[in-house]
Amino acid sequence: MASHAIEVKNLYKIFGPRGEDFVDVVKKGMGKAELNEKHGHVLGLQDINILMPGGCITVVMGLSGSGKSTLIRHINRLIDPTAGEVLYDGTDVCKMNENDLRQFRRNKTAMVFQKFALLPHRTVLENTIYGLEIQGIERRESEKRARGWIERVGLKGFENHYPNQLSGGMQQRVGLARALTNDADILLMDEAYSALDPLIRMDMQTVLLDLQKELKKTVVFITHDLDEALRLGDKIAILRDGRVVQQGTGQQIVLSPADDYITAFVKEVNRGRVVHVETIMRPLSGNPEGVSLPAGTVLEAAARTMTGAHVATAHVVDENGRPIGAIDLQTIIAAMVTPTSHADRQAA
Amino acid sequence: MAICSFLPELLCKFPAIDDGTIRMARKSVDDGFKGFVRSYGDAIDAVVQPLQWFLNYLERAFVSSPWVLVLIIMIAVVYLGSRHVKITIGTALSMLAIGLVGLWNDTMITLAMVTVCTLISVVIGIPIGILMARSDRVQAFVNPILDVMQTMPSFVYLIPVVMIFGIGKVPGLIAVVIYAVPPMIRLTDLGIRLVDKEVLEAADAFGSSAWQKLKNVQMPLALPTIMAGINQTIMMSLAMVVVASMIGVGGLGKNVLQAIANQFFTVGFLNGFALVGIAIIFDRTSQAFGRRLQKHSEVIHG
Ligand SMILES: Nc1ncnc2c1ncn2[C@@H]1O[C@H](COP(=O)(O)OP(=O)(O)OP(=O)(O)O)[C@@H](O)[C@H]1O
Ligand SMILES: [Mg+2]
Repeated sequence: MASHAIEVKNLYKIFGPRGEDFVDVVKKGMGKAELNEKHGHVLGLQDINILMPGGCITVVMGLSGSGKSTLIRHINRLIDPTAGEVLYDGTDVCKMNENDLRQFRRNKTAMVFQKFALLPHRTVLENTIYGLEIQGIERRESEKRARGWIERVGLKGFENHYPNQLSGGMQQRVGLARALTNDADILLMDEAYSALDPLIRMDMQTVLLDLQKELKKTVVFITHDLDEALRLGDKIAILRDGRVVQQGTGQQIVLSPADDYITAFVKEVNRGRVVHVETIMRPLSGNPEGVSLPAGTVLEAAARTMTGAHVATAHVVDENGRPIGAIDLQTIIAAMVTPTSHADRQAA
Repeated sequence: MAICSFLPELLCKFPAIDDGTIRMARKSVDDGFKGFVRSYGDAIDAVVQPLQWFLNYLERAFVSSPWVLVLIIMIAVVYLGSRHVKITIGTALSMLAIGLVGLWNDTMITLAMVTVCTLISVVIGIPIGILMARSDRVQAFVNPILDVMQTMPSFVYLIPVVMIFGIGKVPGLIAVVIYAVPPMIRLTDLGIRLVDKEVLEAADAFGSSAWQKLKNVQMPLALPTIMAGINQTIMMSLAMVVVASMIGVGGLGKNVLQAIANQFFTVGFLNGFALVGIAIIFDRTSQAFGRRLQKHSEVIHG
C-alpha cells in the first residue's frame, strides 16, 4: 500500500470544549451558524472525504474561513479531528502514538505556513536547515542542501539575514525553502504563494511543477487564486463552510460547476488555458483535416496554432499520433467564452 | 465604651482563644521545630556544606586576588556583556572610587555573595519556571507560594532560616535566595508562555521533540524576558544582602548595619554609595546584555 496517497475519510472538526457531543447534530444537518448560535461551538469541518492521489498536486480552494487551514493541519495532525480518519499509506495519522507521529512529521511531511512562522532568532540559513537539524543530519550536508534551495527561491545573498529584515514575500520564500529542504514525500502548502508578487509567483509555480516532474511528491496546496489552482492542480477540491462542495479536475470544475457558489468562483477564469481540445472535439467524420493537435492541448494554444497555419479546422491525435477527433475554430471560440450564470447553463 | 453596655459581650470583645491554649500551642510548635532541628541538624549542615565551600572559595578568589586583576576582569566582563563604552568607563571609575575610600575588601565580599546568590537563583528558578510554563497545574500550585514569598516582610522569614540553619554566611545566602528567586521563576514562566503559538506550531510540524522545542524555540525566544528576571534577581539580592547582614553576612551590608547602630554618618553613606555603585553596574550591564540578545528583532532595512 505504498501509493503515497492521502485519504481523508468522514472527517469532522468542531472547535470547542465539547466538540464530540455535537458531531451527531451536525450529521443530522445543523449548519455552522446555528451550531455557533445555539451551542457556542465552531464548525470547522464536516464530513470531508477527499482522496489526494500520491505524486499529484491536490489544490484546496475556498473563501476565507471555509476551513482550508483547518483541513491541511489535520494531515500532519497539528489539529486533532473530532471524528474521522486521515490515512497515509494505510496508516491512520490520527491514531499514531506520539513517537510515530514525530517520526512521520520529520520524515514524511514538510509544511509551508500561511503566516510564515519562521524562527525570528535564526537567520535565513538556520531557518532553512531547521527540519534537517531536528532529524540529526550532519551540518555540512544540510547546509549544502539548504543553500541550494535558498538560491532556487531567489534569496541568495540573504543567508545571514534575520526574518524581520526581509519583506513578507521574501519571508514566505524562506518558509518555502525550509519546507523543500526537508525533501519529504508530503508537501503541505498553506497559501504558500499568497504574499508573492505576480512574477515571483509564476516562477515559484514553475519551481513546484518542475519539482513535481522529477520527484512526484504528494502536494496539498491551498490557494484563493483559481488561475493558480488550475495551473497547478491535478485535482481541485472546493470548500465552503467546512464542507466539500465539489472536487475534480480543473476542467470538470470549470465546465460543470456544481452550484452558483462555484459558478461565481470560475466566472472570471480564462477557459482557453484550462479546457483541453479533446473535451470539446467532435467525432471524426471522414479524413482528418487541417493541422494535428495532440490531446491535452489547451484551447488557447490550439487557436494560436490554427490561426498561425491559416486553417479553420484541425484534428486531435492521441499520444501515438492516431487521429481521435476533429475541431474547428468556431467551437474553440464558443468554448472559451464564459456562460453568464449557472442558471443559464442549466437552461441551455 | 458606652455602646458596649447594650451589646452582648461576645460582639464587643473579640472572642480570642484563651491565653493558656495559645501558649500551649506555641510551645508545642516551637518545641517540635527545635526538636526537628536538633535531630536533623547534622544532615542539614551536610546538605548546605557545598554552598559554604562554594561561597568561601569565591570570596577568597575575590578578596585575595590582586585588585588590579579583579578590576581588569570586571571591566572585561562588563565590556563583553554590554559592548558599551560608557558603562565600562563608569564601572572602572566607580570601582576605583570604592577602592580609594577603603571599601575594596568589603565590596569584594558583597560581590562574591551576590554572585553566588544570583547563580543559585538562576539554577533553581529556571527549571521551576519551565515546569510552570509547561503545566497549568504546576503554575496554579507555585503561584500562591511565590505570592507569599514576595509579600512576606524579609525580616519575618529570617526567623525560620536562623532557627534551622543558625547564624552565618550560608543562612544569609539562603535567606537572600528565597527573597530573590521569585522574579526569576515568574519571568521564566512568562517568557515561555509568551512564545508565539505559530512558531511553536512550525516547530511541531517539523517533528521537534519536547526537548528540541525547549532548546531551539522556547528558551531562545524567552531569553529577553528571562534576562529581565535575572536583572531583577540581582537587584533584589543586593537589597537583601544588607538585611542579611543582621544574621552574620559580612561586607558592605555589615558596615551599614554598624553605622546605623553607632550613628556613623559618613561610614554609612560611603557604604551605601558603594552598594548603589555596584547595583548600577550590575543593572546596566545585564540590561545592555539583554538588549543585545534581542538584536534579531531590530529591523535593518537595506
Ligand atoms: N482554534 C480555533 N478555535 C475556534 N475556531 C477556530 C479555530 N481555528 C479555526 N477556527 C474556525 O474555523 C473556521 C475555519 O478556519 P480556517 O483557518 O481553517 O479558515 P481558512 O479557510 O484557512 O481561511 P483563510 O483563507 O482566511 O486562511 C473559521 O470559522 C475559524 O473561526
Ligand atoms: Mg488559512
